[in-house]
Amino acid sequence: MSAAAGIVVGVSTPRVSQGQAFRAVLRRDLFVTWSELPVFLAQVILQPLFLLFVFGKVLASLGYTQNGYADLLFPGLLALTAVITGMQTLAFPLVVEFGWTKEIEDRLLAPMSTALVAGEKVLFATMRAVTATTIMIPVGILVLGSIPWRWSGVPLLVLGLVLGSLLGAGLGLVMGTLVVPQRINIVFSLVFTPLLFTGCSQYPWPSLSKLPWFQVVTACNPMTYVSEAMRAALVPSVPHIAVWVCIVVLIGSLSALMWIGVRGFYRRAID
Amino acid sequence: MFGLLGPNGAGKTTTVGMLTTRVRPTDGRAIVGGVDVAADPVRARSMLAVVPQRSNLDRSISIRRNLTFHAAYHGVPAGEAAARADELLDQFGLRERGDVKPDLFSGGQAQRVMIARALMHEPLVLFLDEPTTGLDPAARLFVWDRLRELRERGVTLILTTHDMHEAAVLADRVGIMDHGKLLALDPPEALMRGLPGSSTLELSVQAQNGDVPEPLVRALEHLAGVERVEAIHDDTPDGDGAERRVRLYVSGEASQLIAPTATLLADRGVTLSGVELGAPTLEDVFIHLTGRSLR
Repeated sequence: MSAAAGIVVGVSTPRVSQGQAFRAVLRRDLFVTWSELPVFLAQVILQPLFLLFVFGKVLASLGYTQNGYADLLFPGLLALTAVITGMQTLAFPLVVEFGWTKEIEDRLLAPMSTALVAGEKVLFATMRAVTATTIMIPVGILVLGSIPWRWSGVPLLVLGLVLGSLLGAGLGLVMGTLVVPQRINIVFSLVFTPLLFTGCSQYPWPSLSKLPWFQVVTACNPMTYVSEAMRAALVPSVPHIAVWVCIVVLIGSLSALMWIGVRGFYRRAID
Repeated sequence: MFGLLGPNGAGKTTTVGMLTTRVRPTDGRAIVGGVDVAADPVRARSMLAVVPQRSNLDRSISIRRNLTFHAAYHGVPAGEAAARADELLDQFGLRERGDVKPDLFSGGQAQRVMIARALMHEPLVLFLDEPTTGLDPAARLFVWDRLRELRERGVTLILTTHDMHEAAVLADRVGIMDHGKLLALDPPEALMRGLPGSSTLELSVQAQNGDVPEPLVRALEHLAGVERVEAIHDDTPDGDGAERRVRLYVSGEASQLIAPTATLLADRGVTLSGVELGAPTLEDVFIHLTGRSLR
C-alpha cells in the first residue's frame, strides 16, 4: 500500500481554532444552498409571492380591498418572509438530522463547542432569511408595480429584517430540537398556520382594536412586532406599535428562544 | 486494536459515547489521545474519529466533498485535503464514485466512505461500531485489511462488535462487558486459555449394549485435567458394536490427555475409533462470563 504510506499519524496538537471549524461548517451550508439555488428560491419566494399577488394585486384589481392596502401588506410580507424562512431553514432539517439521517454527527464531532454548532445553524438560517427577504423587494416591485419606500426608513428596515430573521431562526431551533421526527408533520401544521396568520403581516395591529380578543392573541405572537417595525420603517403614516416596544419585545423573545433552543440542542447532541 | 464485546444493552455504546464526547459521564475520568474528554471535549474531538454502524454521511454533497469538508472542519488546508481525499478514495476503491452523492451507495460502500472520511484528519484513535455488520464476505475482508493497515501505521483502533470471530481475528486485546461493567480484559488467546474446562476432547468408542458403560465415564472423570465427561446420545442405531461418542471437558491442553485416555480405554478393552480436539472460542468465553449468548 504505497498510497497509504503518505499518511503520517502522530500529530497531537489540534491544528484548528474553533473559529476555523465554525467557518468550515458555515461554508458547507452555503455551498449546499448555492448548489441547490433554484430549490432555495422556490421554497422561500413562492408563498409570499402568492400572498402578495392575491391580496395585493388580484383583490385590489377586483375592488375588494381599499387603495393603499398593498402598501401596508408589503412590509408585513417582508416580516413574514424573514420569520418563516428563518424557521424553515432550521426546524425541518434539524429534526431530520438529529432524528433520522444523523448527518449532523460529523459536525458535532468537529473540534468546536456544541454551542458553536448551534450558533452556526442560527447564523446560517439568519443569512438565508435575510437573503430571501431582500429578494422580496424586487419581486414586490414586479408584482405590485411600485412598493412603499423611504430611504430614511432603511436603517429600521434592516434592523427589523435582522431581528425578524433571528426570531425565525430561534423558533426553528426550539422546534427543531424539541420535536421528535414522528410528530414533525402535526407540530408543523399546528405552529405554522397560526404563526402565519396571527403575526399582523396582513393587517396593522392597532386597527385590531375593533376585535379586542384577536388583538390580545396577535400581541402574543412575536412576529407581530417584526411586522409593526417593518411598517414603521416603510409606511410610518399607518398607525403602528411604537418602535421601541417592538425592539424590546423582540430582543426579549429572542433571548428566551435562544436560551431554550441552545439547551434543547445540547440535549439532543449530548446525552 | 482493541475489541469491546458485550450483549445488547451491556453499555458498549454508552462507553464509546463517553469516550467520543457524545455522552456526558456522570463520574470518573476518561482520557483519549492524552486529553481528558470531559474537561476538554473540543481538543479530544480533534484526536479521535468515529465510524458509526449506520451511515451518517452528508447526503447533500458528493462523496469527495464529504471527505474534504470533514477535513476542513478539522482545519486541514484545502490543498492537502484534496490530495488526501484522492489517495483515500483510491485506496478504498471509490475513485470513480467520488462525485456521487451517498444516497446511491450500498451499505458496504457507505462503510468504506465513512472509514475514509474518519481518516481525513489523521486521528490518533479511531472508534468503529460494528464495522462489518451487514457487509457481504468480500466487503468484510476488505474492511478487515484496511483496519489491519491502520494498526500497522500506529492508529489505535477501538472496535465494538457482536461478532466474536471478528474480535478474535482482529483485536490485540479484548474487553468483555455486561451491565456496564468490564468483566474481562486480555488478548483473545489468553481469554480462551483461561477458560476453565472448555477445551474438549471427543472420543468415539465401540459401545457395549448400545451405551457407554457408566464405570468407564466415571473412570475418565478421574483422569487429571478432566473437568467433566458427557456421553453424547445421538440417533445412530443401538446394539453391540455401535459407535458412541464421549466428550471430555478439560482445563488444560486437550492434546495432552490423548495418551492417558487411550491407555485407560485399552486397559478396559474398549476400542477407540476416533479422537477430535476442540478449542474454546471467544464465544465460549463470552457465554461463560455473561451467562448468555450474544444475540
